[in-house]
Amino acid sequence: MSKPILATDALSKQFGALTATHDVSIDLNPGEIHAIIGPNGAGKSTLIKQICGEIHPDSGRVLLDDRDVSALPPHVRARAGLGRTFQISDLCMEDTVLENAILGCLAIEGASWRFWGAAQKSKTLRSRAEGALDRVGLANFRDTQCSSLSHGQRRQLEVAVALTLSPRAFVMDEPMAGLGAEGSRNLTALLDGLRVEAPILLVEHDMDAVFALADRISVMVYGAVIATGSADDIRQSADVREAYLGEEV
Amino acid sequence: MRVTERYINGVVLTGLLVLPIWALAMDEPFTITLATRAVVLALAAVGLNLALGLGGMVSLGHAAFFGLGGYTMGILAYHAQTYSTLNLGLFSTDGTTSMPLIWLSAMVISALVAFFIGMLSLRTTGVYFIMITLAFGQMFFYFAISWAQYGGEDGLSIYVRNGFPGLNTLVPIQFFGICFTLLCIVLFLFARLQASPFGLALNATRQTRSRVQAVGLNPTRIRLLAFVLSGAITGLAGALFADLNRFVSPTMFSWQLSGELIVLIVIGGVGRLMGPVIGACVFVALEHFLGALTDYWHVYLGVVLLCIVLFGRGGLIGLLTGKEGAHV
Ligand SMILES: Nc1ncnc2c1ncn2[C@@H]1O[C@H](COP(=O)(O)OP(=O)(O)OP(=O)(O)O)[C@@H](O)[C@H]1O
Ligand SMILES: [Mg+2]
Repeated sequence: MSKPILATDALSKQFGALTATHDVSIDLNPGEIHAIIGPNGAGKSTLIKQICGEIHPDSGRVLLDDRDVSALPPHVRARAGLGRTFQISDLCMEDTVLENAILGCLAIEGASWRFWGAAQKSKTLRSRAEGALDRVGLANFRDTQCSSLSHGQRRQLEVAVALTLSPRAFVMDEPMAGLGAEGSRNLTALLDGLRVEAPILLVEHDMDAVFALADRISVMVYGAVIATGSADDIRQSADVREAYLGEEV
Repeated sequence: MRVTERYINGVVLTGLLVLPIWALAMDEPFTITLATRAVVLALAAVGLNLALGLGGMVSLGHAAFFGLGGYTMGILAYHAQTYSTLNLGLFSTDGTTSMPLIWLSAMVISALVAFFIGMLSLRTTGVYFIMITLAFGQMFFYFAISWAQYGGEDGLSIYVRNGFPGLNTLVPIQFFGICFTLLCIVLFLFARLQASPFGLALNATRQTRSRVQAVGLNPTRIRLLAFVLSGAITGLAGALFADLNRFVSPTMFSWQLSGELIVLIVIGGVGRLMGPVIGACVFVALEHFLGALTDYWHVYLGVVLLCIVLFGRGGLIGLLTGKEGAHV
């Protein structure tokens, strides 16, 4: 078996008396989509934030390509290959769609310390940014100001910005949240093809998407992973149905 | 009628150039001095606009750089004119009366101090950032007051305006030309920077730091560099201001001056290329015409400011173009 690209080792985080994550060890192998599901407040976003470095765990480690990145700040982890999307769209609302995508290209193209020449006119930046917008279906909106995008379009742009990074691993926090049926279908198709470029750690509430996409599923409840397995295993698991799928067993 | 921002920019710069030439023809040197004052304040505010408008760093301590530029000029010129040596420990100098050298020194010193202040303050945001920058500004203010060698509270007069190769800087229109040219160069650089990849990143740090980090950029370093450039420009303006008045005093370091620079930008339009220039023109005009009528002309400035804040956040440029402007 190939080595995981991304792994967490016993991540724990308390908020006061509340255990947000408890001993969470999960991994992400090349080529797979690993979905994390769990009820509201289970600690999924807190886990993502610890992986990406926005929150420091009380204990535990994060490994990217076997390298301990636990002490690195978020932007260094992003450079090391973590491409994350936010549960609540976190975009430059005053900028255009294209500018948001170009922002994603700056680090990888080594352009953030360029003071001369318009960013919009740089061929390398533009082609990378437009490529990503094309893939999520926003090519025709490149000059639209982000604040006038619909909610669904903002979700698409979140994914596009992550694409511009060409990361080693995608870490997506509910990318489908608030997308309509068609939007979900399109994004599902996109993510399906994306896993061969880089594996995806996917937090998602949309069960259709999860069961359609996930190679493996982990279930989080009250901060702990109570089960990890294939989609079928999870569907069958009694614990999971009781804890999450809300069915009487 | 709605007009484009480009059109306004052209009109303002042309007007600012034509006014002193007209004054020259009419033999009204004081008007030239007023125009020069507007240009120099505009330059200082363009510097602040880089930090405030693009980077969202509300610095209430930019007078520190303005004053540093002023005192750099004052001290270098003082030593040159009194034929005394300025001993700086590592090296000593006899001072200089060359404007280009003074500008360079003012910018380097302001940039170094901005780097230091930025390192200590940029981890904070919002009110804390305002307070820390204010505190640094006040530190310089009190230092200048107690620095007896260079006039302390009374300030330092420089009897002869410093020189620029090939020009007679004592002729008001020639000194205006120098200041106006520098303003145009800095505005050009500002516009280039705003559109550049660095400008895009800086603009993003103002809107959302977490997004900037998530795409692998260090927002603090980006803001620090912008703050340093900002300080250097305001420092350059300080040196010119001192040469304009042939006098430096601790008031150049006062927090009121920092506040006025912010007011200038807000009046013209935060983050707009020409916002500081328009603001400076309005400011100097009010100061001149209302200041002659009442000591309390700042009240009217406040009224103008209030109207602009109430009727549009894009400043005068925003009101004229009908575009609110995206900026804070
Ligand atoms: N910064 C914080 N300070 C205190 N409590 C927090 C903080 N962030 C999250 N929490 C709490 O930790 C728990 C886990 O939150 P988290 O956002 O990780 O849940 P989630 O699984 O992502 O939920 P959802 O599905 O609603 O997004 C929640 O009870 C939340 O209120
Ligand atoms: Mg969440």
